[in-house]
Amino acid sequence: MENNFFKKSWIQTLISSLLCIILGLVLGLVVLLIINPSGAFDAIKSVIGNFLTWKRGSYKLYYLADTLVRMVPLLMCSLAVLFSYKVGLFNIGTSGQYCAGICACLFGAIFLHLPWYLCLLLAIIAGALVAAIVGVLKAYLNVNEVISGIMLNWIMLYLTNLVLDQPDVIKNTRTLETFDLSEKAPQALLPKLNLFGNNFTSIAIPLSIILAVLILVILNYTKFGYELKATGYNKNAAKYCGMMENTNIILSLVISGALAGVGAAFYYLSGIENWNCSTATVPAMGFNGIAATFLGGLHPIGTIFSSFFIEQITLGGSYVNMRMYSSQISDLISSLIIYLCGFVMFIKVTINSIISKVTSNRENKNIKIEGDKK
Amino acid sequence: MSSEYAIEMLNITKRFPGIVANDNITLQLKKGEIHALLGENGAGKSTLMSVLFGMYQPEEGVIKKDGNVVHIKDPNDANALGIGMVHQHFKLVECFTVLDNIILGAETTKFGGLLEKNEARKKVLALSEKYGLSVDPDAKIEDITVGMQQRTEILKMLYRDNEILIFDEPTAVLTPQEISELMQIMKNLVKEGKSILFISHKLNEIMEVADRCSVLRKGKYIGTVETSKTTPADLSAMMVGRNVNFHVEKSEMKKGDVVFSVEHLTVASKSHKKNAVNDVSLVVHAGEIVCIAGIDGNGQSELVYGITGLEPIASGKIFLKGKDITHLSIRKKVESGMGHIPEDRHKHGLVLDYSLENNIILQTYYKPEFCNTGFMRKDAIRNYSDKMIENYDIRSGQGSITQARAMSGGNQQKAIVGREIDRDPDLLIAVQPTRGLDVGAIEGVHKHLIAQRDKGKAVLLVSLELDEVMDVPDRILVMYEGEIVGEFDPKKVTQEELGLYMAGAKRMEYNGK
Repeated sequence: MENNFFKKSWIQTLISSLLCIILGLVLGLVVLLIINPSGAFDAIKSVIGNFLTWKRGSYKLYYLADTLVRMVPLLMCSLAVLFSYKVGLFNIGTSGQYCAGICACLFGAIFLHLPWYLCLLLAIIAGALVAAIVGVLKAYLNVNEVISGIMLNWIMLYLTNLVLDQPDVIKNTRTLETFDLSEKAPQALLPKLNLFGNNFTSIAIPLSIILAVLILVILNYTKFGYELKATGYNKNAAKYCGMMENTNIILSLVISGALAGVGAAFYYLSGIENWNCSTATVPAMGFNGIAATFLGGLHPIGTIFSSFFIEQITLGGSYVNMRMYSSQISDLISSLIIYLCGFVMFIKVTINSIISKVTSNRENKNIKIEGDKK
Repeated sequence: MSSEYAIEMLNITKRFPGIVANDNITLQLKKGEIHALLGENGAGKSTLMSVLFGMYQPEEGVIKKDGNVVHIKDPNDANALGIGMVHQHFKLVECFTVLDNIILGAETTKFGGLLEKNEARKKVLALSEKYGLSVDPDAKIEDITVGMQQRTEILKMLYRDNEILIFDEPTAVLTPQEISELMQIMKNLVKEGKSILFISHKLNEIMEVADRCSVLRKGKYIGTVETSKTTPADLSAMMVGRNVNFHVEKSEMKKGDVVFSVEHLTVASKSHKKNAVNDVSLVVHAGEIVCIAGIDGNGQSELVYGITGLEPIASGKIFLKGKDITHLSIRKKVESGMGHIPEDRHKHGLVLDYSLENNIILQTYYKPEFCNTGFMRKDAIRNYSDKMIENYDIRSGQGSITQARAMSGGNQQKAIVGREIDRDPDLLIAVQPTRGLDVGAIEGVHKHLIAQRDKGKAVLLVSLELDEVMDVPDRILVMYEGEIVGEFDPKKVTQEELGLYMAGAKRMEYNGK
């Protein structure tokens, strides 16, 4: 009985993910102890606690809502990575597609004065188009999707800076950031939920969770998912049985890119953050999405929790006492934990081999005992 | 202490959860003999070899080398004991030369790091001379034939001075000529004092080359016999546990109208400028099995790719039941009544990471029985798959949910054969449908092909096995360098005569009528 319980794949994934988290936290604690032992335990508590660090209940809730708002884009990027991964493609270009989404939705909002749903649509199209480039290259010229994806990340970053860099039209010349949507383009803000008094909470939060469930259904229960996965696993067999294998490859990347685009719109149309037009690094969202995907055990529902957790510790880092630690420490700790999240598969395999050893030993004993009885 | 045996595996028992893969198996390899290890797919041959190589630790039993007990914990230990293996799927670096592959892992260096290849080259050339293993040490693996790649693998073992050589189903990938060359090489090797363990399920090869043969069945040791004192029929009965009918039984052909015809089909070659298939015309009637015979690489694969739509054709027409299907998509061709058992079951036939049930519906997944308004009908799929497992005797660890990758080759093939035949296609194209299968499974596949024919369907069989070519079809077409060079009635032609046509020594006019 007990063995069967541990043999279940999702139980193993859950255990591995939790072990990764614990391992990451321990490692983070060790680093903190080395730098400044006196504040280490408080610091790690802040990292895990995040919004719980606040004393007043209403603040706690307000910052919980804040974490949820920031979790949404990560969840969408993580779903984007997951969707392409399930069909055998590693969409490391999620960041670039996310960037394209930012560019499209902010341009639509501030320059074209479009309503929120059209801005959202623009972001979806932008993300999908960028991913389609990768897909076409992969399908027809067999260009590795990792290479073309990474290259496009940078192209999209600078393209975004270029398009949004319009002083006094889109960009605030003083702050170098795009204008606040609430001032210049309130029509583009997503319908608000005002969860726990947090003005940035919008329908994006429930929608992102619905999308996660939708991805689960598409992948596991539909003909579309069956075809996409078959193509991903074995392109030749897909061709043999009459599937449109090249179309499927492009389509899966297009959907992946669209999800990243949605993530960008969900975040930037909430009004919580503006784009800095002198940004010189590709948004980390796409890369963190990879970590969230694996920490979530490659399961759409799992990614909801893993995205929340990663956002939790990332934000929690900012509550670390800056008088004891330098300001980079929070990023260091959260990146350590995220890095270890990549070990989920490794731990899962280890668990599996331990279990099979234990079981075979036990079975051998049983056989011997039976033999003795005879 | 000297012993008659080079290696002994005594009373080996290896269990896996739920299964005893090796149950008290004893295998004794004499010095200087060729010892065959015979067994059906899944009989425990691979497990036994993995134990010998230290990949698995047996629960019971000991291994002795020259009479001394040895403990083999990993493949390095096996190597140190002079045990080498040629795997069925070669372990070669494609973009390295033959010489580089041979010395890989056992390189000699000078000045603490610079590769020193001259000594190695001399040794390799000496070895290849001594054992008649002709290879070009500077050719790249990707450019040489499968037979040469295998010789490279053999040289790899010899270079390491291995005394005990294991060949895992070495003939599965070879042409008839290469097989007879290999047999000669193996004989040379034992003459020079090496001991060979030859894993196979091809009885006539075992009869030809092996001195003794040990038989496994379902994880159990059945016995060891001297090949000079036994017959193929006895061996197969030991292996399968019943008498196997070697001769394919079939009734008189009831030939109907032309079901399938190809007119002047030409397929360009990917690797050279000549056409892979050049102006081929052929017809297949209802109730008839037509076999395309030939040595591997004479355009048979490309012909089938062209017909089925996996590769584009240069010119020609293809008709099925009077309808021009030349330019239809693969899906439309399948729906017009074409079934295809592909040559390469891993490349085309299966999605290895899918479960068995998902593979069973690979050609029909979109049909209303399995798919309702875009959603897969999981219950219907499971029921159908369970039924297929029953009907076609597909064996696997966990039934319908077993991952195709985890199934044995024979059962993977049964799944494909079942999938294609169960759709009851008017034309069944079967390309080397028995490749890598044991006699029991081969018998089953042949029965299915003949049942299709008896139902009045057309079957186009492509085969490299001469026995199959002689026994199964009603008509033989020989293909040589992309053209059909002869048409024969299997009852009226000898293997020798066919061989002349297959080798291009003779040809006749054939216009596909």
